[in-house]
Amino acid sequence: MAGASQQGGFAFDLCKRNEFFEAKGVKHPGFTKTGTTIAGIIFKDGVVLGADTRSTAGTTVADKNCEKIHYIAPNIYCCGAGTAADTENVTGMVASQLELHRYATGAQSRVVTAMTLLKGHLFKYQGHVSAALVLGGVDFRGPHLFTVYPHGSTDSLPYCTMGSGSLNAMAVFESGYKDDLTREEAMDLVARAIRSGIMNDLGSGSNVDLCIITKDGVEYLRNHEYLQAKTYERQFPQKFASGSVPVVRERIYDIKKVVTVVEGEPMDMEA
Amino acid sequence: MQPRPQSHSAALGPGCTGPSLANPTPLAFDQQRQVAQAPSCGAEAFAVDPAALANGQPRKHTTYPYVTGTSVLGITYKDGVLLASDTLGAYGSTKRYKSFDRLRKVNESCIVGAGGELSDFQYIMRLLEELSDDDFCMDDGHTLKPAEVHSYLCRVLYNRRNKMDPLWNSLVVGGFHAGKPFLGTVGMQGTNYTDAHVATGFGNHLARPLMREHHRPDMSEDEATALLHQCLKVCYYRDKNSINKFTIAKVSAEGVTISEPFALETEWRYKLFENPAANAAGAW
Repeated sequence: MAGASQQGGFAFDLCKRNEFFEAKGVKHPGFTKTGTTIAGIIFKDGVVLGADTRSTAGTTVADKNCEKIHYIAPNIYCCGAGTAADTENVTGMVASQLELHRYATGAQSRVVTAMTLLKGHLFKYQGHVSAALVLGGVDFRGPHLFTVYPHGSTDSLPYCTMGSGSLNAMAVFESGYKDDLTREEAMDLVARAIRSGIMNDLGSGSNVDLCIITKDGVEYLRNHEYLQAKTYERQFPQKFASGSVPVVRERIYDIKKVVTVVEGEPMDMEA
Repeated sequence: MQPRPQSHSAALGPGCTGPSLANPTPLAFDQQRQVAQAPSCGAEAFAVDPAALANGQPRKHTTYPYVTGTSVLGITYKDGVLLASDTLGAYGSTKRYKSFDRLRKVNESCIVGAGGELSDFQYIMRLLEELSDDDFCMDDGHTLKPAEVHSYLCRVLYNRRNKMDPLWNSLVVGGFHAGKPFLGTVGMQGTNYTDAHVATGFGNHLARPLMREHHRPDMSEDEATALLHQCLKVCYYRDKNSINKFTIAKVSAEGVTISEPFALETEWRYKLFENPAANAAGAW
């Protein structure tokens, strides 16, 4: 830890230590990953972002309904794939920085600002912060959609997907994208792309979240498609319709004849 | 009379050439093959790495492919089966052979498509040709059914995998027999299954979701062709080792037709692709 405070920048000695341990056969604890399908598309008036809701820890599903579309600013949202802790913290950090920036400037945040903050941070950590993001928003220059990779590179695209289900979702986008989509078409295309990831990728699952951002505001459709519904749900308490059980025999006892009711002192619970 | 060429050794199993009564030699007792680098399929040993010829070195078999084909797609429709692939034999990242037929006919009711090492595919076609030639010479009206071809290829690939010398291919077998379409796939480890639509390689990630969404068993040939074109287009957009030159093979009650190579219309000029850094200095 000696290098960090004096020289500035990131000290990689702990990374060397981890590599040394791995070489010796010590397995470091697994982390919750979001094996994921996230996608975004620019339509005529704005951006539609979509994500699945499954969070995995190894081969177990850790969270069946997690939120992968993170708030960055009132007009900017970011989907995150990769290590869940990294995506949540890096987007939270940039959201805080942008809020302070808005107080300082008094103006609406720009999407490129969020993109620049994210890519600067991720590049500084050389890919060790495993966050693959789809950043979308609308500012005074219009709608923007960027992908940010864990090593810090970015792409500016009209449609993009990230995560383990990205190829499945991209297949749907490549078949369905055209210039100047309407809002309904864009929502439908993103939902279909996320559903393609959910159905065809083991790391993605559960439900579809959508977030539509236009210059007039944000519509966050949490669980826009709830694909997790069970076919049969048990009612609690269980109610059986009268007549559904055949009565074989009926016997009625008058208990008062065999039981004596005695009033008594309450038990002493102190001892 | 000379013995006819045999692609199988009864002792070593399907897919391995050698004297038909060869004893499979355990590694420790190498009587016939003194050279460490002799391949188990019975071919002549050839020196590749002089250092590895030293005694005590383990036998080395196929460790990675050289000239490769990418995905093969297959779907069944109402009257038959369609297979599709591009015509590229890539040498690593180089697009070296641009007219390689990766879809081949086995007999009038069966076609095979392959991705992976193309020399191994040519060997597999030789095995299948020898079987078809045997059928022809027998002249009893029977030919290999598509399910039989599929089963045979599973055994060949699994046997070679057990010898730690795999045929580095992902195969798709399509056929039409007794009025019913057949479509199956075999991997290089011998993993195999049959389904209404299959894909190998990148096609699994890019084409399979579209097939699951749009495929119906009673599709017409035009609908099936349109779906395959859509899948081929997406595979060309997103697979690095592919070219815009495809063939489609059809098996139906009328027999086998393999189309001439064709190209698909691609769209590269969406408005937002141009000048991506317009609003974002430093982005691309």
